Amino acid sequence: MIALALPAQTTTEEGFVPPTIEEAHPPNILPWNTEYGVWFAPGFGKQMLLVILSVVLIGAFFYVASRRGQLVPGKLQFVGEAAYGFVRNSIGKDIIGGRDFLKYVPWLFTAFFFILVNNIFGAVPLLQIPSFSHPGSAYAIAAIFYILWIAVGVKKHGLRYFKLAVVPSGVPWYIMPLVVPIEIISNFLVRPVTHSLRLFATMLAGHLIVMLAGSAIEFMALSGNVLLQGTGLLVLGGAIAMYMLEALIMVLQAYVFTLLAAIYIEGALHADAH
Amino acid sequence: MDNAVILAAESPLAPNLWELLVTVAGFAVLMYIVIKFVMPAFEKTFAERTEAIEGGIAKAEAAQAEANAAREEYKQQLLDARTEANRIREEARAEGAQILAELKEKAVVEATRISAQAEAQIEADRQAAVVSLRAEVGTLATELASRIVGESLADDARSARVVDRFLADLEAQSATQSAGAAK
Repeated sequence: MIALALPAQTTTEEGFVPPTIEEAHPPNILPWNTEYGVWFAPGFGKQMLLVILSVVLIGAFFYVASRRGQLVPGKLQFVGEAAYGFVRNSIGKDIIGGRDFLKYVPWLFTAFFFILVNNIFGAVPLLQIPSFSHPGSAYAIAAIFYILWIAVGVKKHGLRYFKLAVVPSGVPWYIMPLVVPIEIISNFLVRPVTHSLRLFATMLAGHLIVMLAGSAIEFMALSGNVLLQGTGLLVLGGAIAMYMLEALIMVLQAYVFTLLAAIYIEGALHADAH
Repeated sequence: MDNAVILAAESPLAPNLWELLVTVAGFAVLMYIVIKFVMPAFEKTFAERTEAIEGGIAKAEAAQAEANAAREEYKQQLLDARTEANRIREEARAEGAQILAELKEKAVVEATRISAQAEAQIEADRQAAVVSLRAEVGTLATELASRIVGESLADDARSARVVDRFLADLEAQSATQSAGAAK
């Protein structure tokens, strides 16, 4: 009760200003310290650097891990094989299956580790921005898979794919006027939006919570009020728990994104069977 | 217009298009690395490993089959040897029995032959003895009688008759004697 009452009291006196979403967007690196902007605002920011860093890290790791290709793997190769095998078998083979799931494994594999590493950046001190908490990246990667699964469907079934995708079989004709628009909206409009926003929103929300806790702890520690400082310790405990939860969600969201991508590709491949 | 731009700028959903571009480019570069290097290497390793394991299993199966065949052959040989040994033993037994029978038969024949020969010899000896005895007894008796009776009995015909009669009496006498002894 005290913990809840005291900050309200001090806020009115000294003014605690919670961090906003704007603070999830640090100033650009090039040109140095310029304001971050959206749409066409120029500038090379920290987030872009992290994306490039992730490409270098993932590419280098898997290049080195896969290069030797020994029958009895070393430690590095074993880890690489386990990571590759996880996406290949648990996502690619189990969801898409069939003879030609291997064609889509590079897409899933790249997406999974690209998202995973970029998310985990949010839990690494100093880096501390999940790249996909910036909507541009989330839109980009969801769009890649939106285009991919539609292309897969069209390639497999021709233009008939769009009919297969929106007209479910075994539904009475008089329900069709209701079902077809729902299918169009859910498959072609809502799906890419949820695919991207799910990733973006969880990353941004997690980042905000940790950021908020951090600034609150700082404010309470510097307040000079012993009770408030004690409360700050409680917040610190909560922040650590949230940090752990956030780390879990980072991994989970990479998995969920890839899993959904695999499900969409599978749906496009077997549109005639659905 | 300005208002709209500010709203868009403030919306957390508004993307920075350069970030979007960097993400697509990053994804593309990573895809290239994965398709060009990572995936072929891993797939090759997986295939090689599968092949190695399956090859090992096939080899082990071949060795197992070979061992089984060798064991069967060995068993067959053992069985053959045992049968052969049995056959030889049976043959030996039969042969032994045959030899024994032959020997027995031969012995019997020999014994018969020997006893027959002995009998014949005995008979011949007896005959010879009888003949010589008869001649000798006749001569002796005749000589004795002629000495007793004199020269009159030197006539052969008469002496022969006398001797024969004497001998017949003698035989009859001995026959009645032996018959009496038999009784």
